[in-house]
Order: sequence, then structure tokens, then C-alpha cells
Amino acid sequence: MQKAGPAKTVPAAKGKRRPAGARSSVVLKLVMAVTGLLLVGFLYAHMIGNLKIFFGAETFDHYAHWLRSIGTPLLPNDWYLWIQRFVLTVAAIAHIAIATILARRARKARPVRYAHRPKVQASYAARTMRWGGVIILLFIVYHILDLTTGTLNPHGAPGQPYANVVADFAPSRWYVTLFYTLSIVSVGFHLRHGLWSSIRTLGQQTKKGERVARAVALVLSVVLVVGYLSVPFAVLTGLVD
Amino acid sequence: MDIQVRVWRQSGPQDKGQMVTYDVKDISPDASFLEMLDVLNEKLILDGDDPVAFDHDCREGICGMCGMMINGVAHGPERATTTCQLHMRHFKDGDVIDVEPWRAAAFPVIKDLVVNRGAFDGIIQSGGFITAPTGTAPDAHATPVPKPDADAAFEAATCIACGACVAACPNGSSMLFTAAKVAHLGLLPQGQPERDSRVVDMLDAQDAAGFGGCTNMGECAEVCPKGIPLNLIGRLNADYRKAVGKRR
Amino acid sequence: MNFWNEGEPVVDQAAPDGPIETRWDRRKFSAKLVNPANRRKLSVIVVGTGLAGGSAAATLAEAGYKVRSYCYQDTPRRAHSIAAQGGINAAKNYRNDGDSIYRLFYDTVKGGDFRARESNVYRLAQVSVNIIDQCVAQGVPFAREYGGLLDNRSFGGTQVSRTFYARGQTGQQLLLGAYQAMERQIGLGNIEMFARHEMLELVIVDGKARGIVVRDMVTGEITIDLADAVVLASGGYGNVFFLSTNAMGCNVTATWRAHRKGALFANPCYTQIHPTCIPESGTHQSKLTLMSESLRNDGRVWVPKRGDDKRAPGDVPEDDRDYYLERIYPSFGNLVPRDIASRAAKNVCDEGRGVGPGGLGVYLDFADAISRLGRDAVEAKYGNLFEMYQRITGEDPYEVPMRIYPAVHYTMGGLWVDYDLQSTIPGLFVVGEANFSDHGANRLGASALMQGLADGYFVLPHTLANYLASGPYEKITPDHEDVVAARTQVEERVQKLLSINGDRTVDSFHRELGHIMWEYCGMERTEEGLTKAIGLIRGLREEFWSRVKVPGTGEQLNQNLEKAGRVADFLELGELMCIDALHRAESAGGHFRAESQTPDGEALRHDDQFSYVGAWEFGGTGQAPTLHKENLDFEYVHPSTRSYK
Repeated sequence: MQKAGPAKTVPAAKGKRRPAGARSSVVLKLVMAVTGLLLVGFLYAHMIGNLKIFFGAETFDHYAHWLRSIGTPLLPNDWYLWIQRFVLTVAAIAHIAIATILARRARKARPVRYAHRPKVQASYAARTMRWGGVIILLFIVYHILDLTTGTLNPHGAPGQPYANVVADFAPSRWYVTLFYTLSIVSVGFHLRHGLWSSIRTLGQQTKKGERVARAVALVLSVVLVVGYLSVPFAVLTGLVD
Repeated sequence: MDIQVRVWRQSGPQDKGQMVTYDVKDISPDASFLEMLDVLNEKLILDGDDPVAFDHDCREGICGMCGMMINGVAHGPERATTTCQLHMRHFKDGDVIDVEPWRAAAFPVIKDLVVNRGAFDGIIQSGGFITAPTGTAPDAHATPVPKPDADAAFEAATCIACGACVAACPNGSSMLFTAAKVAHLGLLPQGQPERDSRVVDMLDAQDAAGFGGCTNMGECAEVCPKGIPLNLIGRLNADYRKAVGKRR
Repeated sequence: MNFWNEGEPVVDQAAPDGPIETRWDRRKFSAKLVNPANRRKLSVIVVGTGLAGGSAAATLAEAGYKVRSYCYQDTPRRAHSIAAQGGINAAKNYRNDGDSIYRLFYDTVKGGDFRARESNVYRLAQVSVNIIDQCVAQGVPFAREYGGLLDNRSFGGTQVSRTFYARGQTGQQLLLGAYQAMERQIGLGNIEMFARHEMLELVIVDGKARGIVVRDMVTGEITIDLADAVVLASGGYGNVFFLSTNAMGCNVTATWRAHRKGALFANPCYTQIHPTCIPESGTHQSKLTLMSESLRNDGRVWVPKRGDDKRAPGDVPEDDRDYYLERIYPSFGNLVPRDIASRAAKNVCDEGRGVGPGGLGVYLDFADAISRLGRDAVEAKYGNLFEMYQRITGEDPYEVPMRIYPAVHYTMGGLWVDYDLQSTIPGLFVVGEANFSDHGANRLGASALMQGLADGYFVLPHTLANYLASGPYEKITPDHEDVVAARTQVEERVQKLLSINGDRTVDSFHRELGHIMWEYCGMERTEEGLTKAIGLIRGLREEFWSRVKVPGTGEQLNQNLEKAGRVADFLELGELMCIDALHRAESAGGHFRAESQTPDGEALRHDDQFSYVGAWEFGGTGQAPTLHKENLDFEYVHPSTRSYK
């Protein structure tokens, strides 16, 4: 063969191929979807627990104590809680780590930005996934220090969650309520796109199903926001004290 | 009508590039957007300037060669319309129009508004086909295809590989392009034997080419001149999940 | 003045004789074969990646040859075959309506106005059935019926339903099938693809085509590629008219360069003018857009009776309208074939009765159809076409009639090839629209796709193998004197174009050439007009080489340099087209000579004088070319007069 041809201009993707699935963006997205859904499941359980505050201090504190005894006597006290904490932490770390990887890939995929770029046409929720996620992460850290360990709580008494909550959202500490509200609304936005997106990532594929999935995501997000915000506002307005 | 265009000028891949403003006078509202650029170029040539390079060929919206960001929107303000089919009557006298190339790491700028979309070919090479060497085919009627499947496959197959989906995607992802081909071939009985390997290989090629990941924003489908629907991405995800599951 | 010389007749040496049904089988059997192990030692260059080039490259690579493929677009998938709308014919007889290979053969020879080779057309009809099988296997999403089987539609010039289609995008879907097959071979390393590369010269060594000189359109680098055979699949030359339905980049350079190097160019004057295109809207116009012929099923074509009638179409009362197709051709009415509808439109516009800007347009009115069938029914049938029309013109065809005008659409002429698709240069094969072979003087609707794929998938791979079986040919290196000469020629031409630095743009020359061609070598040609055109073209060519301004350098992406080279070749081709049209003093298919018409204005053939293929040998720029006639014998389909009254 006499070859004196010019160099190939169409790059073939061969050669760079990784083993199937490993670090593929869709696999990463699947992991994000599953971990996200796990965290949403926890949020709902957590919310239902929160709402027990409307049944009074005794019910609420009793519920909090019961949490420590889940799984007994098969498991020693607190074990279930620690397993759950472990699983949730792993899920959250995986979720965040992958989000970081994908965000970096996205940034690398568009090294030069547009000079003229109107707001994207997608929803506000879709556009704020990444910053919203950061706000949520900061909130989780604060929230654990506040109401789990009690470190940052003005009452901070172990075993008295009701009192801790009431102290936390006292009208004088309006900024805590404000931050809480902001964070919960962020969670709402995050879930509005995140829930629908995870359903799509898991393979939802009809146009009708798409409408249903979007509606479900919206309803679940709104219910969650209302459920969570009802507690601080009840405290703020004196409904719970 | 008289307008101003601010066009991205970049003399070559290594040049930094910048937006440059030009006046374009006395343009007919019946002219297409590319014909407006033709008129500008004729003037630039006679003035001794370098004309604006842009890709175009069929100018009837089917070859997929043209494409530019017009005021930040891929292919401009008209929905389901390629740049060549966009006409100046959609702009007003005195408008200032920003024109930029597709921006993606996988689509490096060659000159001005011309980018290299060879990465799309790479994705097709990795699996965007049905293996059917010439002469091996059975009679065309040997395998009936349900009409809804054939119609859906056709709808997916109308993708013209213009790259607007990538240009519009905040993540620079080519998911809609890949999904369209995976759906086209995966909906047909002829495409079943390679269905699993196809989706895995094409997605690997897409990642390797430097496209971002999909976050289901839907920008791609908004600007797609052929109206490729967003739900095909869900189909791609499902196919991928099944294919990877089988491999394990 | 002598515009041409006449030389020896040209004979198709590869054509088998005997019963027409078995000719192709016998040719295939007599063709030499290449041992599979030897195939990878043989290399083939394919220029162009449309239906013919793409399918040929894929098939040759599948067979095991080393293929290198070139296209000027940024990817092979954008070749202009993609724009074909209507469909692809095949003699499948799935409708059981009496179709057969023989009928497709018959219709095509007749449709070509008895100026095509019977053997070639029969083979085309034969392999048409394989094309559909092949495309379905590749996943081409043809339209289907509820039972899951393929749907068919009927097309002009036939009485059976044999056209397979994929909505209005058949060309796109077929091309993607070929493209995907090609990409698979690229991935496997059997095809090396060079996109954004333009062939600028053919390399001939020892009388054989051995390679090409190409320019990398991105870097400007000029390189040599050498191989055992060269296949040109570079499409038609309709862009010589500047305005046509072709893509902006379509050009004649590859075939013209081969012609200059000795390949005969056959029937250049046969051009197909499509009657239903959107008319020009102003001087900015860069191309014309085709509206599907199917619109004529329900639209009525008319112009005002008086030329000075400037009322809006809706205000012109029925009595003041001239439904001229229905008037002149009462039995076919608005559905007369393309050439006839086009010429009738030109005639009424020449009478000053045209409508729209510049008076170059006729109405295609759907008011009757809308009142008869209802708007919804019309929308269901033609919705996407109406949308396209509205997008381009800004007018709503549901409210005001469409304006249409004929435009150049397809060129039947091309490089002369024998039955093996080999040109007069050994080792140079030509497929698809680039060759002249199968359509005679007029191509039927939905036959271009059929021919492109027939050549690429099913004909060339056999006949090229026969040529390659005598290879591998003697090794040559890029420093061979003939190779260096070809390369130098290209470099000098590029430098020349860049150095003129005159005061006129390339487009202004192209536009002017287009005007000359359309005026004198368009729908109606006369001896006087053609003679005048030849003079005008020569003058324009001279002016081009002294006044053209090509900005930039040769070492970069330079779209004006690309255009300049193409227009320079069109300026030579245009002259040959006029000479061919001048010499053919008859009317046949896409070539209408005003001097040769019946008393009522229909085309008049002169079979006694012109039943031949006019194959031209290049005689030098501005010099008289030499005509070589290939006699056409009609053993099966006997010439008759086409009538649509």
C-alpha cells in the first residue's frame, strides 16, 4: 500500500475506552439518583417524626427515645441509629463526591463561556442544583451541631428534644429560623428537579410519564417544605411552646 | 433594515478571539440569517477585511452543517428552526445581534464560527450502527415492524447532528444526540442484537470525547431544530442500566 | 466559428450482450475476483460520501479493501443526498399492482426520453430490490403500514406504486444508513476518513488513475494520496447556475479535473429543472428551496390573464385567472411531468404574467382544496410543507396562494462511464450523480436515490474488483514526476487565485455566470442564445482571472479560496454545457431547443440524428472540445413520443 495521505482529522474514540460502566457519567448519575432517593426517604421519615411535635412534648420526646431502641432486642440500643447514620453519611458523601466529579466534568466540557448567555430556559430549580446542594450541606452540618449534638443549641439538653427545638426557634433567634427556612426551601428546589431527574436517570422514558414524574416531584417537594417549615413557624407563632 | 452584529472572530484554533461589531445596512427582511452574513462578507472582502467564516451547506435545514449561538440561543430565537432557515424578519431594525460559535471542549473552534464536530462521528463509530454488510440482508418484508415503533424510530432518526444540543447544554453534554441514535436503532427489531453493546460503547465514547454528563435540564430539547424529544434520554438511561446489569 | 470538433465514436467495451435479463449476471460471472487475503493490499480512494460514495466506501471496506474516503463537509453524513425528500423506487411489486423489474426498466428508459443505455437501466431496475432489503437491514426507518409492512407511494411518470419513503426525508435516512455502515468501517480501521478535504486534481501515472491531490481545508496543506484505483462520487454540477436546489458547497471540481485530464464528459446539457421551488426574494438570495412535487396533487397553478393585473391574488376574480396547465394539458392538468410544468411556468412569466418580486413566479393555490377537503385535511397532508413555505417567505399559504418557480435540481450529465462504471481513464470509476449513465435526458422522481445506492452497494464493488484483480499496480511514490507535476499544478493554481487581488468577489462572478446559464442554457435554449452565452462565459472567465479578489492566505481555513477554485471550474464547465446544448439540435428531456418543437410547443426529438450519448473530450481552456458519440440502440423499448395532453 502506498500511503502518503494526510493526517486523519476525524478523531476516533477508540483507544481511550474504559471498561464498561466504570466512571461512566451515566453510572455516576445512577448512583446519584439512588443515593438521592435514599436521602429523600430519610427526609420524609424525619419529617413525619418532626410533625409529632404538634402532639406535645411528651409524645415528641418519647418518639425521640424510641428511635434509639429501633431494632432491639435483636440489636443493642442505639445500634440501628448508628447503622442508619452510617448509611446516610455514606450516601451523602457519595452524592456530593459524584456531584463534584460531574460538575467538574461539565466545567471541563465548556472551557470557554458564552459572551451572551441568557438565563437557561430550564426551571430555576434545575439551574440551582449545585449551589442549592452546597447550602444544604452547610445546613446539615449546622443542624447536626444544633439538634443532634446540641453543641450550638441554646438549650442543648440531651434527651429533651422538644425543649431544644422550642429554644432554637424562639422569636429572638429569628436568624436561625430564617436560615432554617432558606435551607428547607433550598431542599425543596433541590428535590423538585432532583426527584424528577433521578426518575429520568433510572429510566423513565415516556412523554406521559415525564409529566407524571414532574408533577410527583413538585408535590413531594412542596409537601416536604410545608411539613418541615410548619415546626419552626409553629414555635415562632407560639403554637408550640 | 439596518442592524449591528457582534460576531466572534478567532483567526485560528490558537487565537484567543474576541467579539467584533459590524454594521450591516439595508438587509431585506426576507433574507435568511446566513444570507445576511453573506452580505456582510461581500462588504468585508471588498473592504480588504477577512470575511467571517461559518459552516453552512444545504441551507434548507437538513444537512446539519450550520449552527451558531444567536443572542445566546442555539440556532436563534425561532423554535425548531436551523440557523439557515431563520429569516431576518424575526429581527427589528436597529437590533444588535450577538453571534458566537458552539462552545464545548469536544467542539474546538477552527476559525470564527466554525467548530470541529468530529466527536459526533466518534460516537457513531463506537456503535451507532446496525451491522449489516452489503449483500447479507433478508427480504425487506421478512421482519414486519409495528408502525408505532417504526414511526418512533423515524422521529429519533431525524437528528441532523448539528450540535445545538451540546451548545445549549449547561454541562456541554451530547446526551440527546446519543440518545436519539440509541433510540432509533433500539426501537427496530434489526437493532436488537447489538442493543446492549451499542448503548454502553456509545456512552463510553461520549465520555471519552470530553462531553459533560446530563443533568436533565432539558435545554437540548428546547433548541433542537428537529424536535428530538427529551424523553429519549430516559430510554437511553434505561437501556444502559439493563445493559450494564447484564454484563455483571 | 467552430465550437467543437468531431472525433471517433466511443464504445462501451464492458457492455455484455445477449438477453438483457442475464447481462448483469454474466458480467459479474466474467469479472475477475480478488482473493480475500489480497484485498487488504489494495487501496481505493473514494471522493464524496453521499449515497453513492458512502455506500461504495462501506461496501468496499467490508469486502476487505483499504479505503480512504474524502469529503468537503465536516462529516460524511452531510453530503447533499441528505436533502432528497420524496423517496426511492424499487421494483418490489409489494402492491401487487403489476410492477416488475421490466416495468421499472421500461418506465426509466421512457422517462429518460430514450437517451439512456438499456443495459445500464435494466441492471438498475434489477438491483433496486436489493437496495430496499439492504436499507431495511441497516435500520432505515421507512414508512410502514399498520400491518408492519413497508408503505409505498406513487410518483410522477409511473402508474404503479413503487416508491419507498421515510416521510419527506428519505434521502436523509438512506444516507444515514450508508454513513453508519461507513462509520463502522472507520471504527474498524478499514476506512480512513478525511473530512474537510477537497480533491483538487487527479493523479495519472502511466495512463492509469493512481491518486488525487487534496487540500486540507482546515490547515491549507496540499497533499498527495496514491492508491490502486480512484472512485469519484462527487455529485452533480447544478451549482453552475449559482441558484439551484443544490447545497452551497456542491461543485464540479473533482469531475472537471478528471475531465481535464482526459475523462470524457457526457451529456452536460441535460439538466433537470424542478417546477415547484420557492422563488427568489431578492439579490441576497443564495439558494433555492424545493417544495415537494406532491403539492401539485391538490394545488392549482395559475397566473392572472393580463400581465398588468397587479391585484392581490385573492382579489383576482375567477374569470381573470389563467389556470394554464389545466388549459393546455387537460388530461394531466397540474400533474404534468417536471420538465413540462417548468417550461409552461417560464412561458407565462416570459409573457409578463408572472407574479411576485421580479415577475418570476406563478401561484400554486390551495383555496379550492381547502374548501373541498377542509383546512384540517389539507394540513394533515401538507402541514410540514406549508410550515416550511411560511418559514421562508413569511406568507401563510392557507390564506394566500403559494408562489412557485422552477429551479435547477439535478444534472443527468456527468463523466462518461462504461457498463463497469469506469471512465475513459483506466482505474477512474465514477458513481452516482457524478456519472451520466442511467437517466438519459430526464430523471424520474425517486430514481436518483436508487441509482446512487445501486452504484455504490451493488455495482461498483463487483466491477471495481475486476479492475483491482489485475493489481496491485506498480508502486509509485510521491516524488514520481507525474505526481509532483500534479501537485505543483494545484499549488500554482492556488497561488494564482490568491495573487490576483482584484476588485470583484468570487460570488459576484458566480452570480453572473448563473445568470448567463439560466438565461441561455436554462429551460429553453436557442442557437442564438447559446452562441451568445459561450461568448459571454469566455469574457467572464477572462475577467475572473484578472479581477477576482480572494482574501486571506492558502495556509488556513479560507472559504473564499475554496469557492474561487470551484467557480473557476464552473466557468469552464458552463461553456461545455452551452456547446453540448448547441450541438444537440433537438429537444429531449431536460434539454429543450426552441428550434425543435412541435407546432403546439412540445419537445421534438430527432432520433435519426441524435440517438447517441454526446461524450466530450477536453480540448484546452477556451479551445474546441472533441465530440465522441456513443450510439444508443433500443432493442427492448422502442422510442416513441411522450405526450401528456
